[in-house]
Amino acid sequence: MSASAIHVAGIEKRFGATTALRGVSFDVEAGELFGLVGPDGAGKTTLFRILTTLLVPDTGSATVLGKDVVRDYWDIRLRVGYMPGRFSLYADLSVEENLSFFASVFGTTMAEGRDLIDPIYRQIEPFRERRAGALSGGMKQKLALCCALVHRPDLLLLDEPTTGVDAVSRREFWDLLDTLRATGLTIVASTPYMDEAARCDRIALIQNGALLAIDAPGAVGRRFPRPLFAVRGMSRTRLLTALRAYAHAASVYPFGDTVHVSDARSGIAMEQQQLELSEWLRAQSVTDVSVVPVEPGIEDTFMELMGEPSPVAA
Amino acid sequence: MTIRSAAPAIVARSLSRRFGSFTAVDRISFEVQAGEVFGFLGANGAGKTTAIRMLTGLLSPSDGEASVAGFDVRTQIEQVRRHIGYMSQRFSLYDDLTVRENIRLYGGIYGLTDAEIAERTTAILAELRFAPSVAALVRSLPLGWKQKLALSVALLHRPAVVFLDEPTGGVDPITRRQFWELIYQAAARGTTVFVTTHYLDEAEYCDRLSIMVDGRVAALGTPSALKAEFSVPTLDEVFVRLARGPATGAVL
Repeated sequence: MSASAIHVAGIEKRFGATTALRGVSFDVEAGELFGLVGPDGAGKTTLFRILTTLLVPDTGSATVLGKDVVRDYWDIRLRVGYMPGRFSLYADLSVEENLSFFASVFGTTMAEGRDLIDPIYRQIEPFRERRAGALSGGMKQKLALCCALVHRPDLLLLDEPTTGVDAVSRREFWDLLDTLRATGLTIVASTPYMDEAARCDRIALIQNGALLAIDAPGAVGRRFPRPLFAVRGMSRTRLLTALRAYAHAASVYPFGDTVHVSDARSGIAMEQQQLELSEWLRAQSVTDVSVVPVEPGIEDTFMELMGEPSPVAA
Repeated sequence: MTIRSAAPAIVARSLSRRFGSFTAVDRISFEVQAGEVFGFLGANGAGKTTAIRMLTGLLSPSDGEASVAGFDVRTQIEQVRRHIGYMSQRFSLYDDLTVRENIRLYGGIYGLTDAEIAERTTAILAELRFAPSVAALVRSLPLGWKQKLALSVALLHRPAVVFLDEPTGGVDPITRRQFWELIYQAAARGTTVFVTTHYLDEAEYCDRLSIMVDGRVAALGTPSALKAEFSVPTLDEVFVRLARGPATGAVL
């Protein structure tokens, strides 16, 4: 049996003048929690729609659970659970009715899927008679996840399950995904939040329809090509102005309460870069200067690889 | 940002709103100074949207009072609306109009003269480096650029206060940072910025922030003061502790 739950080779997809996916290739191993990380409009949803057999690629091929997405679409649909980005349950049906409906579509019952969905369903069970349309955002999301799981799929595909969700609920949602992964389920989830990417086994960074990198979350940060410094100073405006005027700056990006800066020169030791940067800032009358080396993270690498964004849709 | 000593741009005093037996906003009080970037945080359902709707004159308070740009949100709704800008991810620009047409339309709605509209259109295009896309339909723009344009349009009439409701959700990390530069520029020109976000790194970019929990303001202060108050290194942890409550917040 092949270990690849998903195999994608050279997929392209165009909509009129827009190229949504340009030569995308990757594999997802069975049992993996795989993240597709990128902003709105990167092509994540198009990719999900191809993997769920709702769209046919223009070129390239893909198999899901060993089945071809074009030829064997019916087999795939029975074995995949899909939670689309937009709320797509029946607003006029109750929580319980939605679940029973989705179970019956797949020829099963709520009772048969109960143990798998139990940790999630327990949280919405007190509202089981409430219309789905009247649930809060977080509850809707949990119900949608239950509906995608009730037929015990071999692969779970989640398109931006946490967009518009607050930081605490996002954490809780990823805790749930950890629980599901522990059952051996293969999961692919997309997100625009770089902090969530750290919770995946592997991630693919996606931008403008192309994959920028595929790796373990920790390894993605190490792809950043230069030493990186976290810089502080007073005031923030003066600090940013001074950093942008620094002749050797390769990248200058605000990062929470610091600014992440890298030096374009490759032949110079990190300590020397650090020293010169501090001296430059003091010479520019920035006070309370602190320049410390910092491990690049996923977002640092993403910005390095994505290049300067353009207003004209490519 | 420098905080001026002039009258506060936003004042809320025991502002409350009930829907039936449910209290969505429960006696919140705060002041936002002119030119300040004020972050308004909270979990989904904590009451942020209801509070913003009261401050923008779209919903009348059940109790308490509030003023925006010096005008009472209860009795001077028209003046409030004339002195504020608003944008959110759901409502910003018209997709079927071009960049130029959107600016022109909003300029007209805000009562600017043709000369003002022409001058501000030129300024926006230059500032956003948008000139090549001026004739593009807004629907064809990447989300981040749409949001930058929407912010410029919300500032077109030089409002005293601008309300930004999750303006950067789903926007790529570079454009998200460019968006915040626009926020700083607006604040430096004296516009007060009232902003909500689910990105806690962005909360660090605010001068001060409040965190709402169950309809109340549970914390209020500068990012560094809040981290000190809760003895945690990041705002993310401040947020988690507050929103999950002290009992569970300690177990991270």
